[in-house]
Amino acid sequence: MTAPISNLTRRIIPCLDVKDGQVVKGVQFRDHEVVGDPVALARRYAEAGADELVFYDITASSDGRTVSKAWVSDIARVIDIPFCVAGGIRSVAQAREVLSRGADKISVNSPALERPELIEELVAEFGQQCVVVGIDSFQDEAGEYRVYQFTGDETRTQRTGWTTLAWVREAVRRGAGELVLNCMNRDGVRQGYDVAQLAAVRAICPVPLIASGGAGAAQHFTDVFRQAGVDGALAASVFHKGLLEMTDLKAELSRQGISIRPVYTADPTPKGTS
Amino acid sequence: MAAPATLAIVDTRCANLASVVFALERLGVQPLVTADAGELQTAERVLLPGVGTAGAAMRELERLGLPDVLRSLRQPVLGICLGMQLLTRESEESAQDGQNQRCLGVIDAVTRRMDAGGLTLPHMGWNRLDAARPSPLLAGLDGAYVYYVHGYAVPPGPATLAGTTYGGSFSAVLGQGNFFGAQFHPERSGPAGARLLRNFLELEANPC
Repeated sequence: MTAPISNLTRRIIPCLDVKDGQVVKGVQFRDHEVVGDPVALARRYAEAGADELVFYDITASSDGRTVSKAWVSDIARVIDIPFCVAGGIRSVAQAREVLSRGADKISVNSPALERPELIEELVAEFGQQCVVVGIDSFQDEAGEYRVYQFTGDETRTQRTGWTTLAWVREAVRRGAGELVLNCMNRDGVRQGYDVAQLAAVRAICPVPLIASGGAGAAQHFTDVFRQAGVDGALAASVFHKGLLEMTDLKAELSRQGISIRPVYTADPTPKGTS
Repeated sequence: MAAPATLAIVDTRCANLASVVFALERLGVQPLVTADAGELQTAERVLLPGVGTAGAAMRELERLGLPDVLRSLRQPVLGICLGMQLLTRESEESAQDGQNQRCLGVIDAVTRRMDAGGLTLPHMGWNRLDAARPSPLLAGLDGAYVYYVHGYAVPPGPATLAGTTYGGSFSAVLGQGNFFGAQFHPERSGPAGARLLRNFLELEANPC
């Protein structure tokens, strides 16, 4: 039997970790260094051809406060591609604030682990399409994939009782519209995505799956799309540090036969109708 | 009384209202967000956004007393995503006791649950739009990639101006008389989305 026909493209998603209003990046979630202003970076990535952006407020969940989300409106005003806001959203009211400021999706991680019903509440209120569940997964010495929480603060990071595959099933059962799987062993070290882990999750995940952690070169994107079948690939430092340009990455993926949205610099169709 | 608005956005209080307003502001238009029947009737153009479910959205329109106001509009009207689906006769979303959710019925089509032949749903991401019929709304857009997030869709039919393929084919853009709809989110579809909105703003207006 032939595969169903689809022109849906694989998404390239720069992730901007926001701490105290600045975009930062650490290595394996630690030692954060400031890399720039969220609005300026958002605009740059959108214009360069990013398919979507994720803003992850890494301080919010771990220190129990809700950070002002005024910056969400600033971003929504400027960029014309979808974006997701993660971090510290633990109620329908907090999600509504972020969505009404112009975010397209909200992503929940630690609060969903503390109170899994949050996923259902958000889905009932806003629809499955805008509820993303982020999962921080760490492969232990025995090779088991396990879910961690409060990863924004190394002093509070802790292992949960969930294996990654069990939590994936649970999140999907409760209505998650998309999953972002962050493979902590690979985060920030640019040695490639954890293709084996992502393929294992893909096999049981019927909703869109986004790979996170480990991107360092164009080949890593090709590998994770081909070998793990993910819908999107999220990356931070490889873009923030200018190691890989979006236009070059997309051109290379197209050459490799991966379905990618072409980067438009001006009008979508330069020739033809008025 | 103030001058009629160039563009009125129906205030359905849905979540993507802000993004739609911002997208129009980027095109130099300051839209009027309103649920007032008179303001909608006198606006040059009307935009109906929508995120959520067909049932909840129709209940909200009914609470606002708007279904008949919207049905009677003669100026160009553009529904976005769920807003487009609300323009059809009925939707399988929010069906109760085997009865589809009744919608505005200004476009002769039915919204159905997507059958993507086993592909991941909801259909979320950038997909290609292929023109099915010539329309000024599609100027410069044949073959462009636009951003979708949906699990229900309108099968291709007489009102289909453009289609997209995901498992099967579905309507990307609808048009019947002065009523138009985009299944994708032009406010989040980069330069291609901006072009669709600009095309809509340039459609010939024929106020009653």
